[in-house]
Amino acid sequence: MAYTKRFDGRKFDEMREMEAKVGIIKRATGSAMFRAGKTVAIAAVYGPRGLFPAFLQNPKGARLKCVYDLLSFSVTERKRPGPSRRSTEINLVTEQALGPVLDLTKFSYMGLDVYVYITQADAGTRCAGINAASLALADAGIPMKELISAIAVGKVSDKIVVDLDKAEEDHEDGATDLPIAMAPRTGELTLLQMDGNMSQEEIKEALEMGKKACDEIKEVQIAALKAKYSEAKK
Amino acid sequence: MKDYIKSVLDKKDRLDGRKFDEFRKPIVITNDVSSKAEGSARVKIGDTEVIAGVKMDVGKPYPDSQDKGNLMTGVEFLSVASPEFLPGPPGPQAIELARILDRGIRESKMIDFKKLCITEGELVWNVIVDIYTINDAGNLIDASALAAVSALKNAVLPKLVDDKVQFGDFTKTPVPLTLTPVSCTVYKIGKHLIVDPTKEEEDAADGRLTVAVSESGNIHAMQKGMEAGFTIDEADKAIGMAKKCIEKLRKELK
Repeated sequence: MAYTKRFDGRKFDEMREMEAKVGIIKRATGSAMFRAGKTVAIAAVYGPRGLFPAFLQNPKGARLKCVYDLLSFSVTERKRPGPSRRSTEINLVTEQALGPVLDLTKFSYMGLDVYVYITQADAGTRCAGINAASLALADAGIPMKELISAIAVGKVSDKIVVDLDKAEEDHEDGATDLPIAMAPRTGELTLLQMDGNMSQEEIKEALEMGKKACDEIKEVQIAALKAKYSEAKK
Repeated sequence: MKDYIKSVLDKKDRLDGRKFDEFRKPIVITNDVSSKAEGSARVKIGDTEVIAGVKMDVGKPYPDSQDKGNLMTGVEFLSVASPEFLPGPPGPQAIELARILDRGIRESKMIDFKKLCITEGELVWNVIVDIYTINDAGNLIDASALAAVSALKNAVLPKLVDDKVQFGDFTKTPVPLTLTPVSCTVYKIGKHLIVDPTKEEEDAADGRLTVAVSESGNIHAMQKGMEAGFTIDEADKAIGMAKKCIEKLRKELK
């Protein structure tokens, strides 16, 4: 059966409604919330700060460490608290998604910690987490070449779509998830994962759609950063 | 070393004279390398060597797949393989590799999970694939992927009596399989894309993209790794390169 109309009525290249806010956690060096539809991520940055054990210290710059997790009640069936193999992998790809735009060379021997938690999950959580983390890093004043924006594209039944929600991921005809993160100025994909079933041509088409989506997300991110300072002025 | 490798690549050459899209030779795949396993394989690509084994067990199905068996994939970077691998539980790199392999096998529907159901809602087969590194001379990812699918392809079910597994007593029934995913990882060094790096090339690499493709020619899993990103054009070129190499690698599988 062909997928002619999206479950929530969106166009195939239309993202869910987005919302972004920075400075949500006062204690942190930088923090942010990013929401896409019913997926909500919060992120906090601590550091640059001392890094132990000492063998992890690098004279060339701070060591970036990202930690991602789902809150136990953020998903339909309770998620057992604590790290999993899935979160271990997401920590790694989140670090690689954000690392290329950060300049940590001024912070020799230090550690920079980014914590991402999903408070409500409706697919696309790693991308929402990266969007929030990117904002939190900017909010913390970490030297960055540009903001990173992330989105999941993919295929639901026979249609290439942008920003799958959980109902689409669980489509009876199968769905392909292709999460990406993009550094918009260099056009480099700093996150690229995929699982499902797509041809080379379909992947290329999906990536181009994802690129457009990332440009839109970037605008929302920039607006959120500006909003914090226009509020501060008042 | 990194600059030197780059300068050789700039001249469209590699340290060992291979083409950018050429694997080391020979690729040796040996099945049944461990007699107690339900299926096993040793893969050598140049000096890189890994072994994979399949063990089967029964258990309760997951709530969301009452009529399907399960797959578990593990990778251990054994300390025998490299001075860089220290003993201990699998680290993030090993977990990432296991999950890449798992996705390729799962999403290509290589294993017919419905046929691994014994009693719906009660008892199903679990397929457990473990991959161990023996010698790391570069490109452990593709060697591990080949080893995992080879081991699955010659795996059989053990006997089952009164819902109890008779370990060590094998039937002639193969693990039910459909398509075969094969993976190829394209490494980015500077602006160059190469496959099957030696350890020196791997250490000089900035980024990598792993692609799993089945006989259908479709892609079932991808994973970008390391620091550097890929532009859309680079990713497309890498996928094309991987597809070409996978066609050749597939012939090595018996």
